Formats: sequence, structure tokens, C-alpha cells
Amino acid sequence: MGDEKDLRKSPLENLHRRMGARMTVFAGWEMPLQFKGIVEEHRAVRWAAGIFDVSHLGRLFVTGPDAESLLRRAFTFDVARLGHGRGHYALLCREDGGIIDDLFVFRLEEGRYLVAGNAANADRDRDQIARLVEAGMTVRLDDRQAQTVMLAVQGPQARGRLSEALGRDLIERLPRRGCTEFELLGTKAFVSRSGYTGEDGFELITSVTAGRALWEGLVAGGMQPCGLGARDTLRLEAALLLHGADIDTSTDPFEAGLEWVVDLGGDRWFVGKEALLRRRERGPERRLVCLRAATGGIMRAGHAILRDSEVVGALTSGGFSPTLGVSIGMGYVPVALSEEGTRLDVDVRGKRLAAEVVGRPFYRRPQ
Amino acid sequence: MTESPKDLKYTREHEWVRLEDGAAVVGITDYAQEQLGDLVYFDLPEPGTELRQFEKLGEAESVKAVSDLFAPLSGEVIEVNESARESPEIVNSDPYGEGWLVRMSVADFSELEKLLTAEEYDALIAAESEE
Repeated sequence: MGDEKDLRKSPLENLHRRMGARMTVFAGWEMPLQFKGIVEEHRAVRWAAGIFDVSHLGRLFVTGPDAESLLRRAFTFDVARLGHGRGHYALLCREDGGIIDDLFVFRLEEGRYLVAGNAANADRDRDQIARLVEAGMTVRLDDRQAQTVMLAVQGPQARGRLSEALGRDLIERLPRRGCTEFELLGTKAFVSRSGYTGEDGFELITSVTAGRALWEGLVAGGMQPCGLGARDTLRLEAALLLHGADIDTSTDPFEAGLEWVVDLGGDRWFVGKEALLRRRERGPERRLVCLRAATGGIMRAGHAILRDSEVVGALTSGGFSPTLGVSIGMGYVPVALSEEGTRLDVDVRGKRLAAEVVGRPFYRRPQ
Repeated sequence: MTESPKDLKYTREHEWVRLEDGAAVVGITDYAQEQLGDLVYFDLPEPGTELRQFEKLGEAESVKAVSDLFAPLSGEVIEVNESARESPEIVNSDPYGEGWLVRMSVADFSELEKLLTAEEYDALIAAESEE
């Protein structure tokens, strides 16, 4: 991490400070950790709606006649499966199958895609895609991170509240994982029905001016502003992975339970395919499991996972679940210990905390 | 920032002490609960545990982080606040009242002189907040 002068700031920073946000540094960005408190913000998203400033996330528009063939070479997921106005979770892997980033790819129209990845990996993602551009390809990579604001509006009331703010039809018609572009305060804006909280929700990319107006309007209307603290507890309850913690270049999609986003069939080549075919053949030695603690103590990332007195793994994420009222976490353990119901211990700073392997996710929103 | 209650003594680690009938009631300060955020678990010593001044008393876990708690005085734990154990959020809402943590005997009253007054503690947190 660079020194403080190198920190990137959201264009909405002054709004956050005025709301009394406590700020934190994450992936080289200074962003809100919390406004009212992590638990209150978490509950607002589970039961009503909350708005997050996620302007630190990467957003790369890939445009041109060869955009599809370029992205088919980049991701484990085959973007040819995407209909117009649809998005999907995808992985960018190295030649050896290690995960460079997990992201969302949206197909806006013929020859026009949006790739939304993690803040810390935005440059790496762009470079990885750029190096796959071959001579003769007509494609443009347009990194819009610096010129735009990205907002996430999440929760059971997100659809209704955003419909009112943006004009009912646009939002009401958008299917799950659908996306579209529209005009907002005179500029082109992007909206998708997606998110990373386990709730129905929307993500918007728009100009700084429009983003500021939208944030202010929704918050003035009573929507809870939320910080990265609640974003982390929400995604953990939904067992959504965090790159740099649960997955990274040293993990592959199979051990992380992400085989559903790896298309190995057909003759499509993509970076890492040969390695992933071999890894699938061999099968993973360890698996990412969800662990739920008995009461008494909070397990956190880095804590050792024990079977009897033997260390069998470590937590990659961990914390308190506001919805369940106990500590939850994820970590890699040998396949033989990955069955639901397996009883393990977690070393919480020298004390043993009993935990059990449970189904994924920890929390699923009522249908 | 609101001023800390004048009738308490404080540690540099953000615990407070109130003398009641010759025993000491211990908790964490309003500033500490504010900094920690939503409290979700306390690891506190059982009655009978001997504590030494400024040594570790237990742990406070918030959604965000874990923080060690330190004994403001030497003595023996007499009582633990079960309400704070069962509902840690009361420490957020009432750190100087319902949210007390342990009651302990006082082995040596002269140790009180090593603690901070409310004015000294307020100056300390004012300096910390500026950092």
C-alpha cells in the first residue's frame, strides 16, 4: 500500500463525511466503513434497503466487433452464453488455473460489454484482458473508474425505492442479472439487477453529478447509507467469496466451489483451460467450507481450523453474523472433512471454539 | 465530544472504575464503545479470578475487531455482568450504567493513583482523535 497521498477517494467523499461516516482504507481507496453502525446497516439491507458507494470497484467497458471473441478468451465463463442485456459471474484465471479475479460481465448489446471487478484487481484485470488482444482485432478497452460513480442499492425494498427515483418501468422490467443503459440527468447511465449482498438489488454506474444527486435523493428519502463493514458481513452470510481472502491466484475454482462458472466444454480456448481440465480430472484436495461456530467467541480470517489437535486449515473469512447471532466463517479443509455436519474447532487466539461445517450459504433470502 | 463522568477513574486503555461499597465496578468508556462499534461478544473472567493491575482482564469483540481488556486495579473478580455477556449491545448503549462488565475487590487502594482523572482521560482521547 502506498502512503496516504496515494489513496484514491470516492467522488462522493464529502457527502460521506457530512453524514458522519467513519472512513477506512481498502484496496488503496479511502471509503466509508460505516455510517450508523455495521449491524444497523446490515439489518437495513436484509429488511428494507441500503445504498452503498462502490466507486472503488473496477468497471471496464469492452467495445467493438471483436469484443466477444476477446472476452471468450479471457474468462472461465463463456460470454457467448450471455443474451443481450444479461450479466453473469465470471472468473479470470492464470495459465495455471489460479484465480486472478472474480467479477461480473454484462453484455449490453452486440459488441458492447461491461466488466465489473474488484478494486484491488482493476489494473490487473485490464492488463490481463489487454494482453489477449491480437493483431487485427477491433476492440476498445475503456476504463471508466475515474470518471464515474458506482452505487449499489440492495434489499427487499430496493426495487420499489429505485423505481420511484428513476422512473418505474425501467427498474420494474429489469430481470434478475439483467442490465440496461438509460439517460440520467443528461448523461448515459448503466444499471444492472445484481449485487453482492444476498439480496435483490441493483448496481448503477453514472456520472459524478448524477450519482451524487441519486445518492442524496435516496438518502433524503430515508434509505440507509451503508459502508464496507456491512458489505462484508452481508456477503459473508450469503457465502459470497472475497478475492484476496477466500480466493486468489493460489486457489482454483474447483476447491472454491466455483465449478459452475467454468465452461470447459467445446473447443473454445481461454487462459487456464488446459490447467483447469487437468485439475478437474485430478479433483481438489481441499474444499472451501462454511463454518458456523457454537456460541462464545468470534472466529476471524487467519484463525487455524483444527480437527482434534491437528491443524487442518485456516479461515479465509470470519466474523459475526448479525442475522444468525453467532460467528460464521469460511476456510479450506481437506475434502474428507468438508461434509456438512463435520465437527471442527477453530483456534480463536489460543482458545478452542467448536464449529460445524454447514451448507452454503449461511443465509438465503426468503423467496 | 462529551465529557467523561467526573466520579470515575480511567485507564489509558479505555476502562473505567467506580468504587462502590469498597469494591470496584469496571467497564469500558463511551469513547471505547464508540471506537469498537457494535459489540457482539465479551470474554470475561469467572468470579474468583485474581487480576493484577494493567494485566489482561479479557476480550471485547465487535463486528469489526477484537480488543483486549485490561484490569484497572489488582484484586479478585466478585461478579460478572451476565447481561453484558448475553446482550453485549447494552455496553454500546449504556457503557457507564447497565453495560458495566465486572465487579472486583480492591487489593491496594493506592493503585487508584495510577489511574487517570476524567480531565486527564478526556485530554488523552482528544489527542487520540486528532491522530
